[in-house]
Amino acid sequence: MTDLRRDTRTRVMQPARMVGIVGYGAYLPRFRLPASEISRVWTEGQSSLPVQEKAVAGPDEDVVTMSIEAARNAIMRAGVDPQDIGAVWIGSESHPYAVKPTATIVAEAIGAVPHTQAADWQFACKGGTEAMQAAIAFVGSCMSDYACAIGMDTAQGRPGDALEYTAGSGGAAFLLGPADKSVAVVEGTYSFVTDTPDFWRRSNANYPQHGQRFTGEPAYFRHITSAAERLMDEMGTGPQDSDFAVFHQPNSKIPGRVGRYLGFTSAQLEVGLLAPEIGNVYAGSALVGLTAVLDSCDPGDRGLLVSFGSGAGSDAFQLRISDQPLDFPDVVPSTRDYLERRTTIDYSTYTRYLGKLALE
Amino acid sequence: MEISRHWRLQQQRYGLLGEKCNHCGEKLFPPRDVCPECTQDSQELYRFSGKGEVYSYSKVFDPPAGYEGTAPYTMALVKLEEGPLVTAQLTDVDNDIVEIGMLVEMVTRKLREDGNRGMLVYGYKFRPRLK
Ligand SMILES: [Zn+2]
Repeated sequence: MTDLRRDTRTRVMQPARMVGIVGYGAYLPRFRLPASEISRVWTEGQSSLPVQEKAVAGPDEDVVTMSIEAARNAIMRAGVDPQDIGAVWIGSESHPYAVKPTATIVAEAIGAVPHTQAADWQFACKGGTEAMQAAIAFVGSCMSDYACAIGMDTAQGRPGDALEYTAGSGGAAFLLGPADKSVAVVEGTYSFVTDTPDFWRRSNANYPQHGQRFTGEPAYFRHITSAAERLMDEMGTGPQDSDFAVFHQPNSKIPGRVGRYLGFTSAQLEVGLLAPEIGNVYAGSALVGLTAVLDSCDPGDRGLLVSFGSGAGSDAFQLRISDQPLDFPDVVPSTRDYLERRTTIDYSTYTRYLGKLALE
Repeated sequence: MEISRHWRLQQQRYGLLGEKCNHCGEKLFPPRDVCPECTQDSQELYRFSGKGEVYSYSKVFDPPAGYEGTAPYTMALVKLEEGPLVTAQLTDVDNDIVEIGMLVEMVTRKLREDGNRGMLVYGYKFRPRLK
C-alpha cells in the first residue's frame, strides 16, 4: 500500500504506440419501464424517483445478443475486416452462462473467429472499461492492430429494492486500433482500485447486496475523484481543458455531483448523461454515455471518461477527438436513435420479460 | 436438444452466412451443395447484408415447446435484398403493425433455451429497420 500523500511516481498508463477508438457502437433495447411504475407497485407511488425510466431487455435478448449488435455497429463504423480483430473482450456482470464465454459466441457472430483472443471480464460496473484498457495495451504493444472491448449488462435488482428503479439493460462496443486511424486518441489512462465492500453478489444468489454505508462516499465518490484527479494532475490538464466528461451513472443526480466536485460544469456532462432515460446499465453505463458524446463531438475536442465498479475501482481515460471531421457512413444507428426507439411497458410485462415468473 | 445440429448450423444462423455461386452469381441461403439455378457445385462463402422485406407472415399464438417466452410472435417469410427467401421470427415489433412489404433487417437473438440448465440457442430474427 502506497502512502498517497508521498507518491510522486508516474502512474498514468500510456502504451508504446499510440492507440485510439477506430469505431464505436451503442446498443439499447426497445423497452422502457418508468420508475413511477415500480413505485406504484411497491410504495403506492410515494418513492422519490432516481431516474425517469430504465431500458429493459426483451425476452429474446441478453448480454450476448446485445454485444453482437453493438460490436457490429462498431465494426461498420470502423470499416475494419472482422478477421483483423485480435481480441473480443466483454465486461459484464450478467453474462448468460456461469461457465462458457460470452465472447466466443460474439466473436463467432461478428466473424472474428478463429484467429482471435476471446474472454469475459468481470468487475461489477467497470468490466467494460477494464476490457478497454486491456485492448489499449494489446494494440499498443503491437500484438494486434485491432481489439474489440465491450461493456454490456442486463442488470437486475431484487424486486422492491432501491436498485430495481435503476438496474437497466444496454451498453456499447469499442474497436481500439492504431491512433492514426482513430476518431479519438487515448492520451492516457489510470486506474484507482481498493478492496471496498460496497456491493456484491455471491455466485449462488439471484440478487446483489449493498454494504449500506459504503455505497456513496468511500466507494463511488472516492474512487472516481481519485482516478480523475490523478489522471488530470499527471497529464497537466484540468476541467477547463475538457469539452466533455462522462462518469459512471448509477442514477440521474450523482454523476453531476461528482462532476461539480471535480470542477466540471453541467454543460460538459450533459451530452453523455443518459441515466435519466435508460437507468444504470452497469458495465455499459459510462461507455454508452461516451458513444452519445462521440455522436455529437467536434474535431479536436478533449474529454474525460471515468467508470466505477463496486468492489471497488475506477478507470479514467483522457481522450482527444481527431482533428479530421468524423466521417462515418450513415448506416449505423446513433445512440439517440436507440434512445428514441422506446416502448413503455408496465410492471407485469417487465416481470414476464425478466423471467421472474415461474412457469413450472 | 441436439447440440451437434445447433453447432453445425450456428455460422449461418448467427449472421446469415450463405454462399455465392461461382458460375452464375446466384446468392444462396441456406448454403447447399449444388446451385439450384445452374446445377453447378462450386460456391464461395457469402455474408448477406441482412436487409430485406416481409414477403408473407403469420401470427403464432400457440408456439412449439421452447418458444413460449416470446409468444405471441410473428413468423415471416423475408425476401432478402440479395434474392433468397428465409423463414424467421420477427422481433422488436408489435404483431398488429406487421404488413407485407415492411422493410426489415437481421438481428441475432436468443431463439430458445433448453430450460435453466441447458444450452442457449442464438440465431437470426428480423425487426423493422432502425436506420
Ligand atoms: Zn449457379
